Amino acid sequence: METLQKIVVPILAVLLFLWAWEALVWVNDWPNYKMASPSDLPPAFWKFRWLFLEMGWQTLWRTVVGLGLAVLFGTLVGMIMGFSRIARDGLYPLLVGFNAIPKATLVPVISLIFIGQHDFNTVLMAFLISFFPIAVSVGIGLSTLEPEYRDILRSLGASRLTIFRKIALPKTLPEFFGALKVSVTLAFIGTNLVEIVAPHGRGLGALFKSGETNGDYPLMFAVLIALAALGILLYYAVLVLERIFAGWAERPQS
Amino acid sequence: MANLIEIKGVTHAYRTKSGPLPVLDNLNIAVPEGEFAAVVGPSGCGKSTLTRLVAGLMKPDQGEVWLHGERVTSPRKTVGMAFQNPVLLEWRTILENVILPLEIVAPRMPQAEREARALHLLEMVGLKGFDSKRPSELSGGMRQRASLCRAIVHKPDVLIMDEPFGALDNFTREDLWQTMRDLRAAEPFTCVLITHDLRESVFLGDQVFVLSGRPARTQMVLNVDLPADRTLDILYQPKAQDMLHTLRDQIRIAQGRDGEMH
Repeated sequence: METLQKIVVPILAVLLFLWAWEALVWVNDWPNYKMASPSDLPPAFWKFRWLFLEMGWQTLWRTVVGLGLAVLFGTLVGMIMGFSRIARDGLYPLLVGFNAIPKATLVPVISLIFIGQHDFNTVLMAFLISFFPIAVSVGIGLSTLEPEYRDILRSLGASRLTIFRKIALPKTLPEFFGALKVSVTLAFIGTNLVEIVAPHGRGLGALFKSGETNGDYPLMFAVLIALAALGILLYYAVLVLERIFAGWAERPQS
Repeated sequence: MANLIEIKGVTHAYRTKSGPLPVLDNLNIAVPEGEFAAVVGPSGCGKSTLTRLVAGLMKPDQGEVWLHGERVTSPRKTVGMAFQNPVLLEWRTILENVILPLEIVAPRMPQAEREARALHLLEMVGLKGFDSKRPSELSGGMRQRASLCRAIVHKPDVLIMDEPFGALDNFTREDLWQTMRDLRAAEPFTCVLITHDLRESVFLGDQVFVLSGRPARTQMVLNVDLPADRTLDILYQPKAQDMLHTLRDQIRIAQGRDGEMH
């Protein structure tokens, strides 16, 4: 009964949303170029089905690679900040300053430096926009590790690496996944930003742009839906990873 | 019998913003092999510093710490530690938590042997059947029992406990005293127990060291002349009551000295 409710209620909510959308367009008698209605979307999807697959794949792999780099680099920076007070004092203002720059302003800068390298630029932006939360959370997780945790292994003569591997790393995982949930959304935004803004881009962002250029409004809305679907997919992929690697952090429901 | 732990003339100060803060002043403590030393003293008198010195986690400014006839300058594998906070690893089961020191100290020991040893200890402290539970599923007292198992799973020469029962309610604490007594009978080890609880020091200790207020020196050593198989009743008998009175007076003196300094 409860599982049925968990499945049925969200589906009903989505259907209700689509119905309201359709009704809104129908009641106002809006033409397609003002706002497409849900019933316009399936034909748009079908018409450009191969483009959707290809561009969706482009967006997906570049987001994932960018996020992967962000995880590696962010964890590394977080480790350095977590273990060294000097590094933390030095890096923190730099990171905060960099994070404060709206990333859209970096698109032309990057496009100029790496002209024509569309894949590279997109991955780079996904990476740049998403590593900050990971670096900060890993850094804070490591620097707030209670000394007793370290002492139980240190008193046995364990090396720093062993202490990191057996205690510090697993203990930071819940914070890490919390940050990863933010980062995956950011990386997705970064990818789309470059795809939309860059000339001759590829990916769902470029498809959106071409819909705009050609006045194909149902296509634009169809891209939005596809982006939402991809975003949900990425987010839930992170949730599954979290369940696997940091499921212990979930308190038993009582 | 030779002294297993010897703390000779240890003086230590922490560097703080407002200048050096002396915590230990010419401290002398000797614990013979197999004996149980309880250390009591006013709050903030440097008792925890003492545990870190014995464990080799820090070096004193002056003086020497000896274990087993060797001078302690760095951590050793033959020490077990338990704190007020059980610091169990939430992502490991109770069994995996208890095994942890063996992974460091005896990397070649077969897993089955490790588990057998851990299960044996868990049974001794009354945690039979809880080995596959997570720490979050256990009560505070049970977690502390698991923490004790972890502290002695690798058969350390020295068990160092820093107020291990401080956060527990009175009855649970008394239960754990008895568990401690039984563990010692089954698995002999030398123990240093830092505590605030005078009854605890008399029930568990062979010797009670009273530290003065900060900076701490050894103010008094009390020999606890009671049988090894003590029961809780013994605390209510005149001999133990006399000792508790003596200790209480000593703490008052220690606090008085502390009061003069501030």
